[in-house]
Amino acid sequence: MDGMHDLGGKQGFGPVRYAPGAAAFHAPWERRVNALYSLAVRRGLFNMDEYRHAIERMEPRHYLNASYYERTLTSLATLCVEKSVVSLGELEQLAQGAFPLALPSAGGRSNVAHREAFKLGDSVRVRADLVPGHVRVPAYIRGKVGVVVGESPAYPFPDAHAHGVAASDEPTYDVRFDALHLWPDSADPAFVHVGVFQSYLERP
Amino acid sequence: MTQSSPMQNGNAAVEVRADAIERALDARGWEPANFVEEQGRQIDEQWLPANGAKVVARAWTDPAFRQRLLNNGRAAVAELGLSMPAHHRHLVALENTPTVHNVICCTLCSCTAFTIIGIPPDWYKDLEYRARVVRQSRTVLKEMGLTLPPETEIRVWDTTADTRYIVLPEQPPNTLGWPLERLAELVTRDGMIGVARI
Repeated sequence: MDGMHDLGGKQGFGPVRYAPGAAAFHAPWERRVNALYSLAVRRGLFNMDEYRHAIERMEPRHYLNASYYERTLTSLATLCVEKSVVSLGELEQLAQGAFPLALPSAGGRSNVAHREAFKLGDSVRVRADLVPGHVRVPAYIRGKVGVVVGESPAYPFPDAHAHGVAASDEPTYDVRFDALHLWPDSADPAFVHVGVFQSYLERP
Repeated sequence: MTQSSPMQNGNAAVEVRADAIERALDARGWEPANFVEEQGRQIDEQWLPANGAKVVARAWTDPAFRQRLLNNGRAAVAELGLSMPAHHRHLVALENTPTVHNVICCTLCSCTAFTIIGIPPDWYKDLEYRARVVRQSRTVLKEMGLTLPPETEIRVWDTTADTRYIVLPEQPPNTLGWPLERLAELVTRDGMIGVARI
């Protein structure tokens, strides 16, 4: 989905609030929430793709205003409600207030019909597919051409895995793009590498 | 965030919502408190940047290990007793050289090799870093205190799949011959993300 989470290359943001050796957590509830979602994954309630997609499905204003661990919390609670572990009513009663969840999921998809194996050095184009559900193509590479510089072992296909759709595992390719090709005259010169699933790629 | 306010934009405060889901899961026998404690120990005692630092120091001093790390990162860190979650099936070490600088990010969420380089810092998960580092790499690094020579090639790695990355910084020339432990003490999490020099 073309969601608010797909931030790569978005303009208008200010400086990174950086401090050397910055903390990962700032409050005890953040550590608890991080553990609770891991516990749910360990118990098999949901997988990482479902978890990521439930974050992406947050209402955009909620997404942008929420801290990282509030997004974790919202995904965990949404999936617990959707999978009937708890009800929203119970959560709101326990919290004595409103408990915003993510919006409902659209459908997923399985692997594309014709997948090609690529070799290091091959030129590839990212398919311009528009997908309503979970997808791991950042919009900034959609339709763009790059060069394969690495290949991973096969992973579950996220577009299916986030939605309970059957699919084969597939490799991901580290694809190198020229930043000045992605954003002509509007980027710092660099190579940008993206881990791209086989279903997302075609020969240019 | 105002910790004292019980409501935020009409919603229950986030820490109150966190408490609510924990209590609901506790009522279902999930024993969340035990897991919170268990994971807290892992984060504070096991998933430390010192792990990656050990990997980097070894790669600096042992060319055969360095090659194995570049060939198959997951197998190489396992030699040092380091593990990665099952869904991180591949670890790629990115070698900095006098002319190439690598930096990692995750524009879609905030993925990292957290068992090797530690839980990512706040700024890595913020919108600004995620939005800007792919498009304005040199500018962002400079703002963060890392000014690279104009001739240095920058390679940004966006962690969009479950492959994980670790930057292998250059060894400072004045540290040649140092023992492993002393070298490892030089290596920081931010250096392994690629936003700071060692």
